[in-house]
Amino acid sequence: MSPQAAATRHRVAKQLPVPGLTKPARPKRITTAERVLDSGLRVVAVRRPTVPMVEVRLRVPFLSGKAHHLTRSTLLSDTVLTGTERYDRNGLAIALGELGGDISVGLDADRLLLSASAISARLPALLAIMADVLTSASYPGGEVAGERERLVERITLAHSQPSVIANEALGRRMAPNHPYGTSLPDISDVEDTTAVQLRALHSNLVRPRGALLVIVGDIVPARVLDTVAKALSGWTGNQVHIKALSAPVPSRGPLVLLDRPGSVQTSLRFGGAALRREDPGYPALQLANLAFGGMFSSRWVENIREDKGYTYSPRSSLDHATLGSTFSASADVATEVTAPALVETLYELGRISSLPITEAELELVRQYAIGTMSLSISTQAGLASTLSGLLGGGLSVEWLAEHRERLGAVTIADVAEASAKFLAPSKIVAVAVGDAAQVAGPLSGILDVEVTSGTA
Amino acid sequence: MPSPKPAAKQSSAFRAPTFELVHHRLANGLRVVLAPDPSAPVVGISVLYDVGFRSEPEGRTGFAHLFEHLMFQGSANLEKLEHFRYVQASGGLFNGSTHLDYTNYFEALPSNAFERGLFLEADRMRSPRITEENMANQISVVKEEIRVNVLNRPYGGFPWLVLPPVLFDTFPNAHNGYGGFEDLQNATVPDAAAFFDSYYAPANAVLCVAGDFRAEQGIELIEQHFGGIRRRKKPVRPDFAEPELSQQRREVVTDALAPMPALAIGYRVPDPGADLHTYLATLLLAEILSDGDASRLQRSLVQAQRLVIDVGAYLGTFGDPLEERDPSRLNITAHYSDQASTDRVIAAIDAELDRVATLGTEPGELDRVRTKLAATVFRELDQVLNRSLEFAKFELLFGNAALILELPGLLAEVTDADVRAAAARLTPAGRAIVELIPGASR
Repeated sequence: MSPQAAATRHRVAKQLPVPGLTKPARPKRITTAERVLDSGLRVVAVRRPTVPMVEVRLRVPFLSGKAHHLTRSTLLSDTVLTGTERYDRNGLAIALGELGGDISVGLDADRLLLSASAISARLPALLAIMADVLTSASYPGGEVAGERERLVERITLAHSQPSVIANEALGRRMAPNHPYGTSLPDISDVEDTTAVQLRALHSNLVRPRGALLVIVGDIVPARVLDTVAKALSGWTGNQVHIKALSAPVPSRGPLVLLDRPGSVQTSLRFGGAALRREDPGYPALQLANLAFGGMFSSRWVENIREDKGYTYSPRSSLDHATLGSTFSASADVATEVTAPALVETLYELGRISSLPITEAELELVRQYAIGTMSLSISTQAGLASTLSGLLGGGLSVEWLAEHRERLGAVTIADVAEASAKFLAPSKIVAVAVGDAAQVAGPLSGILDVEVTSGTA
Repeated sequence: MPSPKPAAKQSSAFRAPTFELVHHRLANGLRVVLAPDPSAPVVGISVLYDVGFRSEPEGRTGFAHLFEHLMFQGSANLEKLEHFRYVQASGGLFNGSTHLDYTNYFEALPSNAFERGLFLEADRMRSPRITEENMANQISVVKEEIRVNVLNRPYGGFPWLVLPPVLFDTFPNAHNGYGGFEDLQNATVPDAAAFFDSYYAPANAVLCVAGDFRAEQGIELIEQHFGGIRRRKKPVRPDFAEPELSQQRREVVTDALAPMPALAIGYRVPDPGADLHTYLATLLLAEILSDGDASRLQRSLVQAQRLVIDVGAYLGTFGDPLEERDPSRLNITAHYSDQASTDRVIAAIDAELDRVATLGTEPGELDRVRTKLAATVFRELDQVLNRSLEFAKFELLFGNAALILELPGLLAEVTDADVRAAAARLTPAGRAIVELIPGASR
C-alpha cells in the first residue's frame, strides 16, 4: 500500500469500548517448607522453577538504641564481605562470581539483610560461602580503614543530595533521638570506629536465634532444608540481650524549612502515624493512602502533577517497621509554586479526611492493591523479599491470601474512618528543603514556619 | 554470527531457560512477538517505537521524551487520565521510557486484563490525544523531572548529559536528550502531530506480549485491536556514524552543587549490529574492569591505591549494554575526593587497561564474568514484564528477539585474545574525558 493511499483513509475512528476484565485467575497458593534449626535459625523454602536461579534472604534483627550503633552497623555492612577465615576480599568475590552469584548487604534500623542469588545448582556452594561469612568474618584492619575512609566520603556526598537532606529532616521530626530518625552516621563517629568494635558487634548480633532465612527458586524445598541445616551447622549462639526500645514519638509543631539557597525546587516531605499490618483497620488505611497519593491515579498526583504541573513524581506510602508503622508523602516542586503546592496538599489531605471517597475510587484502589500484590510476588526475587519482610515482621505466609479477602471487604465508611484518623492535616508533620529567601514568606502565609540552616 | 553453542563448562553449571517465542506480522507492518508462559497469572505488554532522542530534530531537544509523556495524555477513545486509571483499576502497573534509539511503553497486568492492555496500547498507536493544554501541562512536568534529576542535585546528568557533546560532533549523537527548557517551551502541537505521523507508524514498532495467554488467542486479539491501525511508511533511519577520534579530547564542567570532583571517560566502541562478537568482547572487558570486588578497577583504584570512592565501567547511555545501535560508547566514571589526583586516576585506569591488553585475563576470570552475565540475564527474564521488554528490544534493534537467550552461548565464544584486543582498542587518542569540578563546599 502506498503512503498516499493510506493517508486518504485517515479519519476519526468511531468510538470503541474499552474491553472489560475477564474472569480473574485464582491466585496460586504459596507452598512453603519450613524448619527451625537447632541453632534457632528459622528457614523457609519455596519452589519457584521459572528460571534456573535461587534467591536467598537472611534477615538478622539489628535494632538497638546503643550509642554508636548506627555507625558501627553501617561500617559492619560495608566490611562484612571483605574477609573471612577462608577468603580474602578478592577470594570471596571470585568464589561468588563462579556461582553466578552475588551477595549484597542491606541495613536499616530494624535489620541486617544479606541478599544473595546464584545459579540454583550452586546453592550448596553459596550457602557454604554465607556460612563462612557468618561464622568467621574477620574485618581485616586494612579493609576497615579503607571502607571507613570511603564511608566518610559517601556520607559527605549523601548530605549534598536534597532528597537525603529532606528525608533526614523528616526523620528528625518523626523519630527524634531514635534509631528510626536517621540513616546517616556522624562523620566524626565513623572516624573513631575500629575493626575490634566491628568484630564485637558481629559476635554480639550476627547470631542465628531470631534470624530468618528465606530461599526461593528452582529448588526442592525439603532437600534444601537439609542442605541449609548442614551448611550452617557451625553458625550458632544467641544475640546478646538488647534493651527493648519504645516506638518513637513525633515532634509536632510548625513546618520546618531548611534553607538551601539557590535551590530551584523545594523538597516537601510529610509524615504521620499509621496502623500496623496486623491491625484490623489496616486494609482501609492502605486503601485510603492509595486514594490520596499512593499510586499514579490518586487525587494528589492527578492534582499537582497532571492538572497543575507543579511536580514530576509526588507519592505517598505506608512503611512498616518493627516498632510501628508510618505514613509519608514526598514531592519536589518548582520553587515558585512551593506555597500553592502546599495548599493543594493540605486540601487533598483535608478532603479525604472529611469527605467520603467515591465507589469508583474505592474499586480502583482495591483492585490496584490486590493486583500489585500478585505482581510483586510473581518473581523469585520479589517473592523472596516479600516473604522476608512479612515473616520478619511477625506475619505469616497466609497473611497474603487473607489480605486479599480483607481488602475485598473494605467499605467507603472504613476508608473515611481511617482517613480522618491518620490523614487529616492536623495529624501531619511537614518539612521542606528549599530557598528560604524565596519560599519562607509564601509558606508562612499557610502554616507556621520555622526556618533553619540547611547544614543541620 | 557464531552459533549459540554454550561451552561445556557452562552447560554443566546450569541449563538456560527456554521460552516459546511466536512471531507474527500485521498487514500494517506491526511486528509482534509472543512469549506465552502460564507459570503466573500475569501478562507483560510492551510496545517499542523505533525512535529515541537521537532522532529528534535540531531546535527540539528533549522532544522524543516530551512526546513519550504526551502518549499518556489520552487517545482516540480515552480521555486524559483514563489510560492510567484503566491500568491501575485492573491491578496493573505502567510506565514508559525514552532511550537513545527507541521509546518504550509497557504494562504489567493480571492476566484477566490482557485484552484491555492490548486495547490501551492500540488506542494510542491509533491516535494520541495531543492538545495545547496537555502539552503545556506535560512541559511543566518534564521541566520538574529535569530539575529533580539534573538541575537541583549534585552530579545530575553526570555523565550521560555531559559526555556525548565531547565524544561526538553531530547533533543527533551529541545533544542533550532531556532537552533545553527553551526548546521544550517552543514545542507545539503540530510538531507532535508530525513526529507521531512519521515515527509512530505501526511498521516502525514492535509489540511483545509475555505471560499467561495462549499464542493463538494472543494473535487473534492483537489482529482485532491493532489490525485496523492505518499503515504508514516506516521512516528511513539515517546513518548516525561518525569518524573515529584522532586525538584525545578533554573538557571541564563545573557542578555548583557537587562537594567532590568526578571524572568520566568515554570511548567509541564497535558497532554491535555489524560485529556483535567484537562488541561482546568489549562488554566482557567492562565487566572484568568494574563488576564487583574482584574486578580490576575496584581492586586497583578503590582497594589497593584508595584513589577513588567509586569507579564503574559500562556500555551505553544508561548502563544497558545492548540497547543502542552504532555509535554507542563505553563509559568509565569515578568519584574521588582530591581534585589534584585527576591525572593519577586516569593513569591508574590506563595502567589497568594496558594490563588487560598485554597480559590478558587471569585464569578463570573470563568464565566467572560470563557466568555472572548469564545469571543476570536469567534473573532479568524471571519477570514477565522485563521479558516482554527485552524480547521487544532485541527484536527491534537486532531483528532477533531470541538473541537474549543466545547471549550466554555467544559470550562463551569470546576468547582471551578477543578481550585483550578490546582493551587494546581503548586508546587515549580515541576517547573523550570530562572532569567535573565541584562548586559546593564540603
